[in-house]
Amino acid sequence: MRFFTTLRMALRALRRNTMRSILTALGIIIGVAAVIAMVSIGNGAKAQVQAAIASMGDNLVLVGPGNQSQGGGVRGGAGAATTLTPADADAVVASFQNSATPEDNSVIAVSPYVTGRGQILANGLNWSTSIYGVGPDFPAIRSWRVAEGVFFDEPEVSGSAKVAVIGKTIVDNLFPDKDASQVIGQSIRIYGQGGGGGGGGGGGGGGGGGNNSGGGGTGGGTPFRIIGVMASKGFNSSQDQDDVIYIPYTSHMKRISRRINISQIYVQAKDEDSVVKVKSDVNDLLTQRHSGTVDFTVADQADITAARTASTDAMTYLLGAIAGVSLLVGGIGIMNIMLVSVTERTREIGIRLALGAHGSDVLTQFLIEAIVLSSLGGMVGVALGIGGSIALGNYKGWPVEPSTAAMVIAVGFSAAVGVFFGYYPARKAAMLDPIEALRYE
Amino acid sequence: MPPVVKIEELHKIYDSGEIPVHAVRGVSLEIHHKEFLALMGASGSGKSTLMNMLGCLDRPTRGRYLLDGVDVSRLEKDELADIRNQKLGFVFQGFNLLARTTALENVELPRLYGQTRMPAKKMRERAMHCLDIVGLSNRADHMPNQLSGGQQQRVAIARALMNEPQLLLADEPTGNLDSKTSIEVMGVFQKLNEQGITIVMVTHELDVAHYCKRNLILRDGVIVRDEAVPNRSIAEVELAKLKEAETAAKLLAVGSPAH
Ligand SMILES: Nc1ncnc2c1ncn2[C@@H]1O[C@H](COP(=O)(O)OP(=O)(O)OP(=O)(O)O)[C@@H](O)[C@H]1O
Ligand SMILES: [Mg+2]
Repeated sequence: MRFFTTLRMALRALRRNTMRSILTALGIIIGVAAVIAMVSIGNGAKAQVQAAIASMGDNLVLVGPGNQSQGGGVRGGAGAATTLTPADADAVVASFQNSATPEDNSVIAVSPYVTGRGQILANGLNWSTSIYGVGPDFPAIRSWRVAEGVFFDEPEVSGSAKVAVIGKTIVDNLFPDKDASQVIGQSIRIYGQGGGGGGGGGGGGGGGGGNNSGGGGTGGGTPFRIIGVMASKGFNSSQDQDDVIYIPYTSHMKRISRRINISQIYVQAKDEDSVVKVKSDVNDLLTQRHSGTVDFTVADQADITAARTASTDAMTYLLGAIAGVSLLVGGIGIMNIMLVSVTERTREIGIRLALGAHGSDVLTQFLIEAIVLSSLGGMVGVALGIGGSIALGNYKGWPVEPSTAAMVIAVGFSAAVGVFFGYYPARKAAMLDPIEALRYE
Repeated sequence: MPPVVKIEELHKIYDSGEIPVHAVRGVSLEIHHKEFLALMGASGSGKSTLMNMLGCLDRPTRGRYLLDGVDVSRLEKDELADIRNQKLGFVFQGFNLLARTTALENVELPRLYGQTRMPAKKMRERAMHCLDIVGLSNRADHMPNQLSGGQQQRVAIARALMNEPQLLLADEPTGNLDSKTSIEVMGVFQKLNEQGITIVMVTHELDVAHYCKRNLILRDGVIVRDEAVPNRSIAEVELAKLKEAETAAKLLAVGSPAH
């Protein structure tokens, strides 16, 4: 009944001491702003990772070399394990695509995958990028359309054909005066880079890299013919998705990276429900093929997301702790000022009590002042945090994603801090005796 | 109809200091409806102490206090607050206005703690009316520190009238006023008294006490005299006399040749 009147009185009291109110709320403002900013940045990083993983394709099971679940790190170089080979990929294909009707296959596509950095030369211009060696099903797995020309087919892969499909960025950089349709049939030269391991993601590729004779990009490169251009995808966060070149994985291994193992096998399951089954089947199949040694890792996208966001999650807990401490400090600041305020306004309290205010009216008034202080502080903190993270994100090129849940929790928690730390001073005010309070000097 | 105030053997002992002070020593008193009392006595004789107890602000150390037939010495804090709000109007010796709050809002204050909500517009009107009674409606938007002592005192009176009290208690309401304004305030009190409000006021000035119907004199915490006022002063008449004298003085000033 008297609540709104009391609220108005509280707001007026705060406005009367604007500067003090701001300083009092500062602890909460800074704490909340810091947390909101860091959560926004952490969320942005997490979302970027998730988007990158989602853009790999739907319902994927990925097989990588080395056992990453045991004892950490990559097992390799022991001689016996050349880990993943194209034959492993073929075995996966053979074991899953044998149903009578293709619709019954739990696996719909498989592609070996080899990467390594390299230089592309054409037209007197050169461009340094990652060279991807994949199978003919790769665009289907990525759900990525070829805009011009065609992707290479099975015979071209088995024949290690010197054909390439490139992305829009490479067209623009190597053929600045041509558009996508005009580069079909053009010739480019590809230089593998950095000899040694060759495959960037190879890990266990030490043995493979050893027999490379060219020793990297010196031998004049290998001429490839452009047969297709991928549809443009633009940027995903800060990553240019069109900066790609695909060649048959066989050509990559034989002519560019000169290795005998592959970086990964992409296995695409029929639907979400079959992912887990495919994962364990692939694991069993490869364990058997590798005579019982699990020198590879089979993971689905959820596993990869979890592994890659683990550090972000740890940071989130740390932030939670920091938030707790800063809100505690902010709350003590509020309690301190409220206590001062109660003493300072003893006469005012006396007048109110003398005119008929109940103890509870005085209690609510001071409690509301504390809550308004702290929750306004929380709200200002949220605004500052979001503003700050966006500014920082723009400056640093980081993706930023403010979290609504974090905002609600921050403001709610600040209000709770107000209740907790405002109660004691407010109660002190409410317990005053009217005549004593009126006599107070 | 029970007396508005009935106190029996009321005592107040302050024992906060080193030696306890026996400020009120056994006062018994009945105040009936429509009475108009002046409480007089030397400084330190216990007038404010008695008024605070009558106003339910302070509890007697001993004795009984029946307000409107209700024994208030037994009531809870909040019940006392409601009585102060609903039945009593109190004008403090030191005004006690809220600082940095306009005169109008100060007057509205008791209504904010009323048991029923009054629409804001009606509350404003009522507060303006109260300020009008004390002749300060033109200062409604002034803060206390922008008002003279006498004006602050009148705002305090207007505030005491806000909730239409049955009993108005005023501790030296004319203490800071010049004689003309004092008479005006007494005129206000006489009018309110006619309308049925019982009034108890403290004053040091005999001529002010002469506007009341009954005079009490307190000495060292005991009532030493209690008498009705024979042919009391009427504010309207006195004001008219004053005005006459003023015009006469003016005429005299105009009539006299410029030197
Ligand atoms: N809170 C208190 N603690 C101790 N003694 C007090 C207190 N209040 C008043 N007294 C004492 O009680 C006595 C009566 O004080 P009171 O204020 O009632 O006097 P008063 O008649 O109103 O005087 P004045 O005309 O100066 O206002 C005084 O001796 C005073 O010192
Ligand atoms: Mg006094």
